[in-house]
Amino acid sequence: MRRPSRLHIPHPPARPGDKPDFSYLETSPAGAVARPDVNARVRDIDHLAVELVRVLDDDHQAVGPWHPHLEPGELQVGLRHMLRTRIFDERMQRMQRQGRISFYIRSLGEEAVSVAAAMALRPGDMLFPSYRNQGLHIVRGLRLVDLMCQLLSNSRDMCKGRQLPVMYHSRAANLFSISGNLTTQFPQAVGWAMAAAIKGEDHVAASWIGEGSSAEADFHHALTFAAVYEAPVILNVVNNQWAISTFQGFAGGEHRSFAMRGPGYGIAGVRVDGNDYLAVHAVTQWAAERARTGAGPTLIEQVTYRGAAHSTSDDPSRYRPKEEWEAWPLGDPVERLKQHLIALGEWSEERHKALAQELEAEVVGAWKQAVSFGTMTEGPRLDRNLMFEDVFKNVPEHLARQREQLNEEFG
Amino acid sequence: MAQMNMVQALNSAMDIMLGRDPNVVVMGQDVGYFGGVFRTTDGLQRKYGEHRVLDTPIAEGGIVAAAIGMGVNGLRPVAEIQFADYIYPAFDQVVSELARIRYRSAGDFFAPVTIRTPCGGGIRGGQTHSQSPEAIFAHVSGIKVLMPSNPYDAKGLLIAAIEDDDPVVFFEPKRIYNGPFDGDPHKPAVPWSAHPKGEVPDGHYTVPMGKAEIVRTGEDVTIVAYGTMVHVAEAAARATGIDAEIIDLRSLVPLDVATMTTSVKKTGRCVIVHEATRLGGFGAELSATVQEACFWHLEAPIARVTGWDTPYPHAFEWEYFPGQARVAAALKHVMEVA
Repeated sequence: MRRPSRLHIPHPPARPGDKPDFSYLETSPAGAVARPDVNARVRDIDHLAVELVRVLDDDHQAVGPWHPHLEPGELQVGLRHMLRTRIFDERMQRMQRQGRISFYIRSLGEEAVSVAAAMALRPGDMLFPSYRNQGLHIVRGLRLVDLMCQLLSNSRDMCKGRQLPVMYHSRAANLFSISGNLTTQFPQAVGWAMAAAIKGEDHVAASWIGEGSSAEADFHHALTFAAVYEAPVILNVVNNQWAISTFQGFAGGEHRSFAMRGPGYGIAGVRVDGNDYLAVHAVTQWAAERARTGAGPTLIEQVTYRGAAHSTSDDPSRYRPKEEWEAWPLGDPVERLKQHLIALGEWSEERHKALAQELEAEVVGAWKQAVSFGTMTEGPRLDRNLMFEDVFKNVPEHLARQREQLNEEFG
Repeated sequence: MAQMNMVQALNSAMDIMLGRDPNVVVMGQDVGYFGGVFRTTDGLQRKYGEHRVLDTPIAEGGIVAAAIGMGVNGLRPVAEIQFADYIYPAFDQVVSELARIRYRSAGDFFAPVTIRTPCGGGIRGGQTHSQSPEAIFAHVSGIKVLMPSNPYDAKGLLIAAIEDDDPVVFFEPKRIYNGPFDGDPHKPAVPWSAHPKGEVPDGHYTVPMGKAEIVRTGEDVTIVAYGTMVHVAEAAARATGIDAEIIDLRSLVPLDVATMTTSVKKTGRCVIVHEATRLGGFGAELSATVQEACFWHLEAPIARVTGWDTPYPHAFEWEYFPGQARVAAALKHVMEVA
């Protein structure tokens, strides 16, 4: 019998009040996925887009061909950056709740996605982040106080008061200016990588978007240009399961993995456990080497979970079970790396606690310093004349006139 | 009658139209199960089902294009773009497609799509949650452009837009979703229940497109405004004691030229106020239109009060926003010209 035409409406497996259900999530055992040569042809490595690259097993051991064999010292640095990111996020969330900053976005649960990737890339590689990648900035050495001054739009704000909180940038650290508009940076990263190839440099570009924003046309632009020019670029789709209230099925995730879109365009696609620090590091390194050796772009799906609200303007208890984050099968990236280091004999609960205390103190100290440069309500404030600068390289006559008018108005 | 804020009034308009016309569908990011990030579509999916109130992927171009296709196939889509600042990926579909389908097919095809989108600043939203791009759309032939300033008009105009066979871009000044705003951020928020236009009929009614409203009669100067700025203009007129006649356009395309020019011919002076940037802003069109019809009646040059020609700056919201002081200065200025 023929089925009648119908309209399919994707449904998340659980809504508020339901038991969390992640039975839809396809995983692979740690160590089970083959690691092809970095120069493998796209058509020969489709399996990477279907399986899930994992290194850390349930006993906290690193196993299999993707094991990156990093020094314990480097892992400790990674753990420190992830924990710093989390503690920073928690404190800034609280500051927003107290009305000290206007808006905030946490990256809870996604710390490895940014931190491990940034650790695997070189300082000369250009990063095109989204607004949930603060780990990149932290690894690249931006000072917390500088990030906080941006959040406060104060007199030391790197954006000179022009951007919403979290829309950082750093030219010195090769971190592109974050846009509030979704996915615009994805094809820009491809263009940056094309320029690197044109100039004969071996820098790669990397970018991150959410799975929800892979629906934007710019996703298609990025993959098409990356494929056509075999650009040295790493395109990450951070599949954190939720785009505000719509689950990943609303971006097309019900039928194939997001990584699988890569092979559709002729690009290597890799699906990785985004909460496994070692796996993210290994896959990023593989993709970077592939890009640097002329084998072309990689689309990486970082399978993770958005542990926090979309932003401080969002209330996820309206659309998903509160217990989902606890029930997420891939666990907590900070906890997993911590347990791995403990299993290696290179870490302990005591050291972890001491680190957390140290980082808390660092964040509190940085905040104290940041607010001394002004807040939304207390000075010092940025010079209002700055509003008219950088619209163009030079202030044109009509803006100079408007600036004059403003100063008359405010005396 | 009921007390409604603008969100509730818009919700009521969609509720009524979903109930009256089985071809009406509501679609957009987070509008279904969640009820919209501003709660504008709250409860509609539960009431009318998932085939009438659709969550969509995050793709503004896709939302508008799909709405066009649905419209061509007999539906009457009401598509939400979550913030006007995010409408640009849909620009080609609006400009090259939605606006011209009737024209290029000699009237054989049309798509009665209404695009709802929250606009405007004053909410600490920075450059990606504060823009007022109405002039960009008004410039496109074939699109009707509306912006209400209160719950009563919001509901009546939205129903009119949904029932209209032409495409409409419906801008919702989000700063006044919950109450009128006179431009002073330090004053406590005022709810719509304290305003006569917060009284909204429960049932079906329309506010005609292309009809401005004189919200205050006066003799000395005409203020032309729309959206949030209507309330700022009223406060500025009160503060200066200048006897201003205030016109709330409500509809930019089609434009009620007669109400404006009749008023300016009476007062001889005109101040145009909008939040959007000045250069190429809708105020320029209004100024030219008034001047063409009223040149011999004008006793002073027409003044424009607008946002500055910069992106919307997060830290300088109240220096950027054309508040009471800037409107008052313009009023005094046009009054001082002999």
